[in-house]
Amino acid sequence: MIWTLRTLFIAVVCLAFTGVLAASIWTIADKPSPVNLPQLLSENLDRSGVEHPVTAVLLNFRSYDTLLEIGVLVIAGIAGISMAKTATLEDPELRTSDSLLYALQRWFVPLMLVLAGYLLWAGSDRPGGAFQAGAVLAATGVLMRLGGIPMEFLRPGRLLRLGLALGFTVFLLVAVASAIGGEAFLAYPPGITKTLIVIIESVLTLSIAMVLLALFVSAPVNDAEDSEEGSSS
Amino acid sequence: MTAPLLYALVGAMLCGIGLFGLLRLSHLLRKLLAFNIMGSGVFLVMVGLPQHQGGQDPVPQALVLTGIVVAIAATALAIVLIRRYYHLSGMTSLEGETTSREGGPE
Amino acid sequence: MTEWLLDGLLVVALLVTAAAALLSRDLFRAVVVFIAFGLLMAVAWVRLQAPDIALAEAAIGAGLTGVLLLDAVSHLGSVSPRAQEKGGGGQ
Repeated sequence: MIWTLRTLFIAVVCLAFTGVLAASIWTIADKPSPVNLPQLLSENLDRSGVEHPVTAVLLNFRSYDTLLEIGVLVIAGIAGISMAKTATLEDPELRTSDSLLYALQRWFVPLMLVLAGYLLWAGSDRPGGAFQAGAVLAATGVLMRLGGIPMEFLRPGRLLRLGLALGFTVFLLVAVASAIGGEAFLAYPPGITKTLIVIIESVLTLSIAMVLLALFVSAPVNDAEDSEEGSSS
Repeated sequence: MTAPLLYALVGAMLCGIGLFGLLRLSHLLRKLLAFNIMGSGVFLVMVGLPQHQGGQDPVPQALVLTGIVVAIAATALAIVLIRRYYHLSGMTSLEGETTSREGGPE
Repeated sequence: MTEWLLDGLLVVALLVTAAAALLSRDLFRAVVVFIAFGLLMAVAWVRLQAPDIALAEAAIGAGLTGVLLLDAVSHLGSVSPRAQEKGGGGQ
């Protein structure tokens, strides 16, 4: 009985929340915005070094957000790894020995690697970029991990740490270097803007994929010796 | 009423649904699903509302792209934590919350 | 007209899958419905003229999140309803 009451109360609160949110959206929807962001963006697009507006925003106009984002990702990755048991990370044993999965992998892994590379390259002038490429790369890694392909670089050690921190470090170095060179923090020197963006995007792709993969791999597995009562399946 | 505004309003509703799930469900994985649905609602509002008048707007789109990647990292970290918690305590819901069957709705 | 129909259907499907993902009794089914929700979100981003987000959502929301959640379900929610009835309530 008390549960029904509680559910009812929660439902009413959530309905009220939704109503207030929808009403405020409805109210501000028709007010003219003080700045026309899309127009501002298209006027300044040729200064950004890339042709695709979303990439321009991500890596040039609002690159501060992206820098902080990769920082957050690195912290999440470190937290995930420190939570894992070392045995899980070092375990070279195959998690699945499914012959069908193995056969599928031989076709899919190269294809997905090519796709990730294409997405990274396409980001400069059409939809695509570091985030999508990083996600596809991480998915490739997950597929390889499930199929039991040993990946040395996921063991705790120098390679893993380097891969996790690479994107953030390079991004920060570029930012500080331009600040030392007399420009604003994170303002790329004119002329080599596109080169810098491509470099940063490549390392970002690597780091994002490494963080996501490390978080996937570091999830504790129910081992035989300390299995709980619920590990019957 | 334009299509982006419709999606923004649906985003608000998804927020409500997610909030309900977050408060009502006890299984931690279900809470995580609810949290993700709430996030999706926020993203829809963020992209839909500015596009109501001006058409395609790359600035909120780029911000939402960043947000999605952070959300998946948060989800992955939460799963690691939940599994660790399950390992240590053998429970799939937080203490003090009565567990119904699989933490789902009765 | 056709566009409104498409938008309407998509919106209804989004809300229904979101609610079903939370209210489903079986945890495994909930996760599968959630993956479907992620795919529908990708279509919604295309409708909102955001192909970048659609790409990311398709790769992340449907691919990575799905694998992560299914992996977690197979370890956490491994008590099947039948075993639970025997054990009288489970964990």
